[in-house]
Amino acid sequence: MLRTCTRGRSPWVLGSPVIERARRPGRRVPVWGLPRPGQAAEADRRTVWRVGRSVVESMAIEVSATDPPDDGSVGIVETRMVQLFEPPASLTLAGGGRLDSVTVAFETYGTLSPERDNAIFICHALTGDAHAAGRRNSESDSLGWWNGFVGPGKGLDTDRYFVICANVLGGCQGTAGPGDSPPGSDRPWGLEFPFITVDDMVSVHAALVEHLGIEKLLAVIGGSLGGMQVLEWAARFPDTLGSAIVLASGDKLTARGIAFNAIGRRAILVDPNFNDGNYYETGEVPRFGLGLARMVAHLTYLSEASIEMKFGRRLQEGDRFAYDLARETEFQVESYLHYQGKRFVERFDANSYLYLTRAMDYFDLAATHGSLPEALGRTDARYLVVSYSTDWLFPTSQSREVVSAMVDAGRDTTFLEFESPYGHDAFLIEHDQLAGVVTPFLEQTLESQRGSG
Amino acid sequence: MNATRYSMPGPDTELIDKLLLEQIDEGSRVIDLGCGDGRLLGRLQSERNCRVLGVELGEAEVTAVIGRGLPVIRADLDQGLGDIPDDSFDTAVLSQTLQQVHSPTTVLREMLRVAFRALVVVPNFGHWRVRLNVIQHGRAPVTDALPYEWYDTPNLHVCSMHDIRDLVEQLGMTVVREIPIIGGQPVENAWWANLRADSALYLLERASE
Repeated sequence: MLRTCTRGRSPWVLGSPVIERARRPGRRVPVWGLPRPGQAAEADRRTVWRVGRSVVESMAIEVSATDPPDDGSVGIVETRMVQLFEPPASLTLAGGGRLDSVTVAFETYGTLSPERDNAIFICHALTGDAHAAGRRNSESDSLGWWNGFVGPGKGLDTDRYFVICANVLGGCQGTAGPGDSPPGSDRPWGLEFPFITVDDMVSVHAALVEHLGIEKLLAVIGGSLGGMQVLEWAARFPDTLGSAIVLASGDKLTARGIAFNAIGRRAILVDPNFNDGNYYETGEVPRFGLGLARMVAHLTYLSEASIEMKFGRRLQEGDRFAYDLARETEFQVESYLHYQGKRFVERFDANSYLYLTRAMDYFDLAATHGSLPEALGRTDARYLVVSYSTDWLFPTSQSREVVSAMVDAGRDTTFLEFESPYGHDAFLIEHDQLAGVVTPFLEQTLESQRGSG
Repeated sequence: MNATRYSMPGPDTELIDKLLLEQIDEGSRVIDLGCGDGRLLGRLQSERNCRVLGVELGEAEVTAVIGRGLPVIRADLDQGLGDIPDDSFDTAVLSQTLQQVHSPTTVLREMLRVAFRALVVVPNFGHWRVRLNVIQHGRAPVTDALPYEWYDTPNLHVCSMHDIRDLVEQLGMTVVREIPIIGGQPVENAWWANLRADSALYLLERASE
């Protein structure tokens, strides 16, 4: 089960947790982006923060070599693997295919209560993985992608809750995907991997939760593609969750969202290295196509305001144009996108990208379940929906549609649009803001569950 | 300089909450617009077994409502209640807020779109002491609880009980009940209510077709 795509894994998810990294002293830190309010002072104090005149230069900033023993995270964590849907039980996929013996990579943080009523499941976004919090080892710099939100005393407080995060089906970070080999074969699936949907991802998550001996989760939470999984979960397994927390997401992807995914897929498909998805043996992955896909997608995660703040029209070096077309990274924003593309290729599989973006395109909660109120009205779970003012990939109007359906179905519904300059990425950056509502929401949900149970 | 000016008594929240609770059916669906920290919502849920939803603009207030374990939607009433489907509630409550929104007509219409009945509590600027104050001192009235000067006040509209009646009629709504609050007491069918009431509660319904 050798995977080509897990090498050089980095905690960069949608490019944002870099801020988290930059806050932590003790290692070589590529520094990008702007601090959010209140963060700059802290960062300055630790002298790791710098919005560089030159992005390349700031990438190379080195800071002191020792790690603090306690970095406020859950500590060192391990990704575990489990085989689900072992024959004769197989996973029947919404697209018609079948999978036997599905490997699932997952991590857990915190302790399950004796009543087994404090478990929270995190559904990650398009390019996330099971490693949501903590560090892989004492030396690596691999903090989980949501480390700022998951940990002791944080938004998902691991002192109080048992938190689970699993890599999605079709992914490339441990759970079965096109980079794996079918049972009994040592040749990777490639495009022979069956078509998967958000429904299928949720089926696997739910099977994992059952495997862990948890009948009812306190909450299922996720942003973006993760939020879609949360909504699907509420519709498909209504009795298995006490609350559903949907961040920067919607009941379907907009036409513009599909269009951006299409550009990304096109870039991969026309890469000479793609070879109909059979590039695992050659070792020559479609890096240009996948990198380009990432550059385009990354742009959709940023707001106009954040990109202006971060880069404006600033040049990489000096303040004069080079008048040289061969220089592709003259502007800082160019350099940043190139870097994002390059880093992404090191950790992600192009075939997975094709499968997962298509699953996202196909997701349509109302179409699958009749109507939105019908889909969302099956559960007694409490809903919390959050959108961000500058998110144009999943605009607030989409969240409002979902909320409207929840109210229509008579569900316990809470909705806020947060002001944030960070666009779609805000849910991965604005940890304190989000914790401000998620913390009391979870406390009250647990209390009401215990009260009624 | 305000020493001689009449201050309208601030809204007696306890009294008004009690009055509102009395108007709301056990187990009904209630939406509270401008719900603040969710005080009334909490009582509706625990004492009247209602299915509730709050609407509030302030982030701190919204967080407080969530902290009570109650559902709330962050929204600006002046933008309408687009998220709330027609007839999704039995009663819509608007307490001490109508005079603070930009468009009271929009808000009233929205209330009777999302619910069949509306409960509205408004301060009565037709009170005789307010009138006297204006005549004597030629100054705009201020209140104890909302001690705002005219240039810095959330109270965008100054209206009397007569004015409310006119507006409601104009909007084609029916006043089912009108309860003036006089000297801290609800007094139904009070004489000279528009001169004596500090505020009034209205139970409105859509005009029957």
